[in-house]
Amino acid sequence: MADEPVDAKGPEKDSDNKEDIKPKSKESTRPESKASSSSKTDEEKKTAPRVKSAKSKKDGKKTGGKGNTKSKPAEPKEESTEKDGGGQDSMIPLFISSKSQEIFQCVADEHVTEDNPHKLIPKDAIIQDMRERAAVSDFHPVKQLILDYPGDEILLIYDADFKYGQNFVLVSSDEEKQRILNPVVEQAEDGSPTGEEGEAVEEIDPVVYQYVPPEPKEWVSLGSEKEIEEASWKETEQKIRITIRRARREFGGALSFSDRNADDAKDGYIECVPFEDKSFSLKIMELDKDVQAVSTYTDQGSQTVWKHPCNKYTQYAPRELTEAEQKNLLSSETLYNFLDRVTPRFELALQQNDIMDVFRDDWKELGNEDDTFGSKSDNHLKEYQSFTDLQFSRDKVLTCIAWHPSIKGIIAVSCAEKMTYDERVDNSSRIIMTQSLILIWSFSDPIHPQILLEAPEDIVCFKFNPTDPNIIAGGCINGQIVLWDISKYVDRLKNTQRGKQSKKNAMLNVPGFEDDSSDKTPVVRYCASAAIESGHRNAVADIQWLPDHMEVNRFGLMVENRNLQSCQLLTASVDGTIGIWDTRPSKSQSQTADDGKEDNPLGVATTFKHLDLTWKPIIKIHMSRLEGSGDYGPVRVSFQERQGDRHLLEKMQKEGSAGKSSIDRKDSNMGGGFGIRSGSAKEKRQLEGATTKFFVGTEDGELIYADLKLEKDPDSGKLVPPRADFVKSFHDRAINTLQRSPFFKDIVLVVGGWNFSIWKEGRESNPLLISAAASKQFTCGFWSPTRPAVFYLGTAEGNIEVWDLLDRTHEASLSQNISASEITNVYPWHLSHKQQLLAVSDNVGTLHILEVPWTLRNLTHGELTSVTSYFDREDKRLEYQEQRESVHQENKRRLDAEEAAKKIAQPPEPSTEEVDNKMRTLWLEYLEDEKKFLLDLGLVEEKEEPLPDV
Amino acid sequence: MATLTKHLMGHGWKTLLHTNLQKSSEVEDALKRIQHMKDVHGTIIINAEGTPVKTTLDESTTLQYAALIHQLTATAKGTIREMDPQNDLTFLRIRSKKHEIMVSPEKGFMLIVVQNIAEEK
Repeated sequence: MADEPVDAKGPEKDSDNKEDIKPKSKESTRPESKASSSSKTDEEKKTAPRVKSAKSKKDGKKTGGKGNTKSKPAEPKEESTEKDGGGQDSMIPLFISSKSQEIFQCVADEHVTEDNPHKLIPKDAIIQDMRERAAVSDFHPVKQLILDYPGDEILLIYDADFKYGQNFVLVSSDEEKQRILNPVVEQAEDGSPTGEEGEAVEEIDPVVYQYVPPEPKEWVSLGSEKEIEEASWKETEQKIRITIRRARREFGGALSFSDRNADDAKDGYIECVPFEDKSFSLKIMELDKDVQAVSTYTDQGSQTVWKHPCNKYTQYAPRELTEAEQKNLLSSETLYNFLDRVTPRFELALQQNDIMDVFRDDWKELGNEDDTFGSKSDNHLKEYQSFTDLQFSRDKVLTCIAWHPSIKGIIAVSCAEKMTYDERVDNSSRIIMTQSLILIWSFSDPIHPQILLEAPEDIVCFKFNPTDPNIIAGGCINGQIVLWDISKYVDRLKNTQRGKQSKKNAMLNVPGFEDDSSDKTPVVRYCASAAIESGHRNAVADIQWLPDHMEVNRFGLMVENRNLQSCQLLTASVDGTIGIWDTRPSKSQSQTADDGKEDNPLGVATTFKHLDLTWKPIIKIHMSRLEGSGDYGPVRVSFQERQGDRHLLEKMQKEGSAGKSSIDRKDSNMGGGFGIRSGSAKEKRQLEGATTKFFVGTEDGELIYADLKLEKDPDSGKLVPPRADFVKSFHDRAINTLQRSPFFKDIVLVVGGWNFSIWKEGRESNPLLISAAASKQFTCGFWSPTRPAVFYLGTAEGNIEVWDLLDRTHEASLSQNISASEITNVYPWHLSHKQQLLAVSDNVGTLHILEVPWTLRNLTHGELTSVTSYFDREDKRLEYQEQRESVHQENKRRLDAEEAAKKIAQPPEPSTEEVDNKMRTLWLEYLEDEKKFLLDLGLVEEKEEPLPDV
Repeated sequence: MATLTKHLMGHGWKTLLHTNLQKSSEVEDALKRIQHMKDVHGTIIINAEGTPVKTTLDESTTLQYAALIHQLTATAKGTIREMDPQNDLTFLRIRSKKHEIMVSPEKGFMLIVVQNIAEEK
C-alpha cells in the first residue's frame, strides 16, 4: 500500500512526460479529435453544425463586411482579428454564377473538380470584373476584401458539396492560401493551427499525413521500473533435467498384449472418476429477501392498586314465607293445578324405582356366582397344622383356645385333666402335683410350645387382653382368677414367627457356649391371682376383657374409658355370680406396688403385684332365680359393647365440650395402662347409648337377659342387682356358646345341648331361629368373622359343621370330621385377605388348625343385605306371632268368659208371638228402605196423592 | 242426586265446587300420597324464588335442598332451553349413592321428592 501513492504519481508524471514528448504533433492530436468527432456523430450531423458555423462566420463576415464598407477604420481591426482568428474567418463561401465561372475559367466540373478544387484567380481580373459588372458581379459582396487582399492571386475553392453553403469558397487571406496550396510546408512552419481550421482544411483538401517518427528522449526514471520489477515473474529455482532412455532393441519389437484382471496387480488401472469441477460450477447469486408486515406494538403495564385484604363474611338469613303467605299459597289455585300436573310424574318415577333398581349391575353378580360354582373342590376345610404336646397336653381336655391378637401365627390353648368332679376329688393329690398349663404355640414349631403359662389350677377359660396382648387373664376350675404378663418373652414369639434360622445363627451355637435355656420352653408363672375369699367359689366358666372404650363403675353403669386400655374383666362362674374386676390399683393400694422386688424367686412380673391375693371384684352380681330360691349357674355372658367399636365414644367426644380431653392413645406395651389409677367416678361421663343389659347362658341351658345397673332395694335401701328381665329355656344342657354376630350387635348365637338358637336382642319371646335337635350334642360354636350368614359348630362326635343361613337353615351346609373325640372349641381367625384359619381343639389334647376355603370366607354378593333382611323377616314373623298369640289368648279368655257366663245365666226361650212381631217390624223396615232406594234412583215416582174429594 | 253428580264427574276431588279450604286439604292429600310411597324420605314444594312453601323435612335440610336444587334446576332448565328454545324441562332425576332426588319445575312452583335407595353392599 505504501507504493500506491508512488504508483499513482508515476502514471501522471508519465502522461505529462508523454505530452512533453509529443508536444505539438498534429498527427497525434488531429486524428484523435477527428476520431472523436466522427465517433460522436454520424456524418450528416457532423456536417450540419459545420455548415451552421460556416454560415455564422459568413454572417459575421457579412456584418463585418458591411461594417467595413461603412467604417474603414474597423478594417485593420478586422484584419488583425482575421489573422488572430485563423483560417476559418478567411474562408468565405461565395456563389459564383456560371457566367462568372466562364469569365474566370473556373467552370464547375470542367476547370475545377472535386479532386482539384483550387483555382487561382488574379486579383486584377476580379477588380476588373467588379468594375464592369458593378453590383451584378459575384464578387461584389466581398469587394472590399478583394481590394484589401495583399496578394496578386486570390484562391477560389470549389465547394461541390455545398459544405459551406455556396458553390465556391473564397480564401481571403494570403497565409491561408499559402497553407492550403502548400500544406506540408505550412505545417512545418506553422505549429499552432486550431483543430477547426485543420479540420476544415482537411475536409476541403484532405492531406495525406506523413509519419514522423518521434525522437527518442533520454529516459528519466520516475519509479515505474520498480512496479514493472514487482509485477514481473522470474524463475528462481533451477530447472530439473530429466533424461529418458530406452534400449535400442526395444524399439520396433513384437508386441504381445494379453488380458488380465485389473484387480490382480496393485495400481493396475487408473480410474477416471467423474467429479465436479469447481471451476465450472456456476454460483447462483441469490438474494433472499422477504417482507413482513409487523404491527407496531407498545409495552404497556398497569397495576391495580393493592388493597389491604380484610376477612369479611356475609350471610343471609334464608328467605322464608310467613304462615299467612304459606296458607295463601297452599290454598291457591295455581299450586293446586301445579300439583295436579306434576304428581303423575313422581308417581311414575317412584313406581319405577320400586319395581326395579336400574343401576344394579347384573354382570357383577353373575361373575360371583360363577366363582362359587366353579370351585367345588375348594369347599372343604383343609388341615393346615396340628399341635399336640406329648408331655403337657396329650389326653387332656383343651378347655380354651385364643389367638394372639397382634402376632400372626401364635395361638394359645389351655389344658385340663379329663376328669369328672368325682374323679378329680379322688385324684386330687396327683392333680396338685401336675402343672396346669396354658401352651402358647407358634406355627413355626409344631413340636415345642413357645411359652408355658403356669396356673395354680386347671384353666377353664382365658383371654388375651385386647389392647395389651402381653397380659393374659385366666379363670381356674377352682374359681381363682389369675393374670400373666408375658412381656419378657414376647421376643420369643416374634422371633419364632420369623423362623428359627435367626436363632440358630446366633452366637449361642458356638460349642461350649450353648445356652440350654434358649431352647428350653420358658414357664411363666402367674403374677397375680384374686383374693380367695372374694373370688368365685366354683369354676370360672367365662372370662372376658371389657372393651377398651368403656368401663363399669361401682353402680353398674357404663362410663367412658379415656385411656383406651382394656383393664376390666368380666367373669361368670358356676357359683351363680358374675363379677367385674378392675386390674388397676385402687387408691388405697397404689403405694404398695413399689415394695415388690425383694422376694421374687420365680422371676414373676410385678405388673400386678398390687393385686395379688387382695384383688376384689368391683361388682359381684348374684344371678338369683326368678322363681324359687337359689341362683342360676351362669357359664356365658355377652355384652353388647364390642372391642374396637368406638362410635359411642366418638359421639360423646363430639357432643362433649369440644374435645376437653382428647383420647390419648398410649402405646400398648408393657402393660402401660395398668399402673394408671382409676380416676374418680365423677370425672368420667357415662357412656351414652350403651346398654347395661346383657345375656347370660347358664349351666342348665337357660338364656337370661339381665341388667347390670344396680337398683336400690326398696326394703333395705342397699344397691342390689335387678332381677333378670326374662329367662328362656330352649336348650337342654349347659350353654357353651353365647356370641354376638360380628356384623349385628343384637344378633346372638346360643349353642347348648343338642340344638342352637339365634336370638335378637329386644325380641324376647322366641328365638329368630332354633334348630331341630341334632343326633349329637353341639359342644361349641363361633360366628365366621367375615361372612354374616356363616357360623361354625363343633359336635361331640368330632365333626365341624358349617351352617350357612342363606343356604339352608334345617341342616348344616357342610359337615366335616376333624377328630375322633369331642370337639371342645372352635375359633376362626381372619389372618389376611387370603387366609382364614379355624382353630379346633378336641378333648384328647390336639389342637387342629384348619384352613377355611375361599367360599366360606369370602362375602357373597349382597350377603349382608340378604342376612339383614332374613333377620328382619324372622323378626316380623315373631312380632306377628306375638300379636296373634296375645289376640288368641284374648279370644280364648273372652270365649271362656262367655262360656262361663252362658253357663251361669241361660236366657229364656222367646215366645212365638214375640218372634212374629219382630219379623213383621223387620219386613216393614225393609219395605221402607226399598221404596226410598227406588225413589233415589228415580225408578219409581212418588205418586202424588190426590187431594181427597170433598 | 248429589251422589250421582259426584259419580258422573269421575274424579271426585276435581270438581269445580271447591272452596279454598278444600283445595288446601287436597294439596296436603296429594303430598301425603307421594310421601307414603315406598322409601320416600321427604317432599318439598318451593316457589319460583326458591322459598319453601310446604315441606315434610326439617327446616335446615329443607332450606338446603330448596336453595341448592333450585339452582341446579335453573341450570338444567337453561341447558334444555338453550338447546331448543321450544323445549322445556319437565322432570329431573338425580341419582346419588343414598338418595334419588326428583324435581319437577313448573311455572311458579317446584316439587322436590327425595327417595331413599336401598343400600347395596
